[in-house]
Amino acid sequence: MSETSPAIEVRNLVKTYGRITAVNQVSFSVARGEIIGFLGPNGAGKSTTMRILTGYLPATSGTALVCGLSVASQADAVKRCIGYMPENNPLPEDMRVSEYLFYRGRLKNLARGRLSARLDDVLELCDLKRVRHRIIGTLSKGFRQRVGIAEAVLAEPPVIIMDEPTIGLDPHQIQLVRELIGQLRGRMAVIISSHILPEIELTCDRALIINQGRIVAAGTPAQLRREVIGRSRYELELAGDAAALPALLAAVDPALTVSPGAGPDASGFHHLILSTPREDDLGEALLGALAADGRFRLRSLSRTQPSLEEVFLAATRRSWDTVDNAAGRK
Amino acid sequence: MKHYFTILSHELRMLLVSASTYITAVLFLALMGYLFVILIEMYTKSAQDTPPAAVYFQLFWLPVWFMVPLLTMRCLSEERRLGTLETLLTAPVTTAEVVLAKFSAAYLLYLALWLSTGGFFLILHRFADDAQFLDSGPLLGGFVFIAVSGLMFVAIGVFASSLSGNQAVAAIISFVLIGLFVFGPWLALNKIAFLNLESMQGTRAALDYLQVFHHLDDFTRGILDTREMLIYLSGTTLALIFSVFSVEAKLLHS
Repeated sequence: MSETSPAIEVRNLVKTYGRITAVNQVSFSVARGEIIGFLGPNGAGKSTTMRILTGYLPATSGTALVCGLSVASQADAVKRCIGYMPENNPLPEDMRVSEYLFYRGRLKNLARGRLSARLDDVLELCDLKRVRHRIIGTLSKGFRQRVGIAEAVLAEPPVIIMDEPTIGLDPHQIQLVRELIGQLRGRMAVIISSHILPEIELTCDRALIINQGRIVAAGTPAQLRREVIGRSRYELELAGDAAALPALLAAVDPALTVSPGAGPDASGFHHLILSTPREDDLGEALLGALAADGRFRLRSLSRTQPSLEEVFLAATRRSWDTVDNAAGRK
Repeated sequence: MKHYFTILSHELRMLLVSASTYITAVLFLALMGYLFVILIEMYTKSAQDTPPAAVYFQLFWLPVWFMVPLLTMRCLSEERRLGTLETLLTAPVTTAEVVLAKFSAAYLLYLALWLSTGGFFLILHRFADDAQFLDSGPLLGGFVFIAVSGLMFVAIGVFASSLSGNQAVAAIISFVLIGLFVFGPWLALNKIAFLNLESMQGTRAALDYLQVFHHLDDFTRGILDTREMLIYLSGTTLALIFSVFSVEAKLLHS
């Protein structure tokens, strides 16, 4: 295990179940200490990719390396580098929290002496001290989820893989889990899958969007916006002669286009959306031009960020189109 | 095999805290106690040729048939149903370690239950004060038979449990497999006419060699035939190897 190799490297990974291709030529890499979000609709191949990385499922073809070790040929060494929390976080119902973590620690080759100290750390980190002697079957979902996370980070592996860690949690618990994952940044490479997008946006350094077993977009949330949506948008509320607006806007940026929003309200203000492929902020220039012109009265102007949700929808739609086109050509 | 003992002690602990273990134990001891009482009554009415221990172990198939499926049905199918098999196998352990540890835990419990029925003979000896009731030869032979054959029956149960995520299905499969092994050869020899043909001599010999009740007779008479032990030991190995394959094949296709 060399320290310089990336935490995870996947090249041309393919997994087929009979005639269904779950993962199709997926390639990506994750640096050490990086937090990666894996986005995709249900059945996109997120869980399958994660399971292949943990060595639980064999890939049909392609290479997957974890810390420079091949998942296929050095499965045992790879398992030692990974903390894995499967989908739905399965836990034994009839064990106590500390017993379970102790057992898992022993399975992960932690020596007894070190384990008890480590157990205290992990319970502290995941805020589980209060319930350490409770039976897992009686815990609420939020606690169970944190037991799963505690289990994954227990042996301090360089790679943590979590399949939908926040599914079924309330907003408060989601925030706790997010903070917990944030604390791992820099120390461990983390891959989390989700289809809850704001969560990925807040936690992850980078996101991979996967659909139909293919990676359709990858990058930081800002890069994804640029790449997938490609336009900046401004919303304004304005009173005055809307017909004279395009000429004025062309002076600021010729590429600006106006799409009408809601028509004049009771006090005569129109709601308009402007969009442009330019990336630098035009807010000040717009504000200056509109304020200088006596024909218009401006009530509000704001630059809107497309949410990751829109990026996600656009990216997956784009991939559907490619798939459909490919099918049409055949 | 580094994690064998970790998983084994975990499994034993889980067996000892689970209610189903105690229900199985109570049912088993009640049934065996009842059979024992009937046996003693038989002996008090008229003198018998065979020692009571030999007759007692003749009935071994009845508890085995019901108890082994009950003891083993949970071991792998429960893990598969809950999904904890995934967490277990993504820890640095091998499938063989998991299967072997689960098998050992169930087998130790099986032995412990049978050994506790040795108490019946102690009580009898204490109160009857008659040496013929506590003939240590057949008793010891019977327990050795239980220990050796139990290896295979429990392994069959573990294999059945590895086949399905449903405990009831696992129990039924092991019930059928054990029934086939215990009664199959005897039924085949007595009921299938074409086995009497001259050309089927070899098959007849093989089936005869597999008759569990003959093995039991030999053991209680004090004959420890290594060939008979070999049947059980190879059967155990085969069933466990198949269990490992079954767990891994499920991984490939899940």
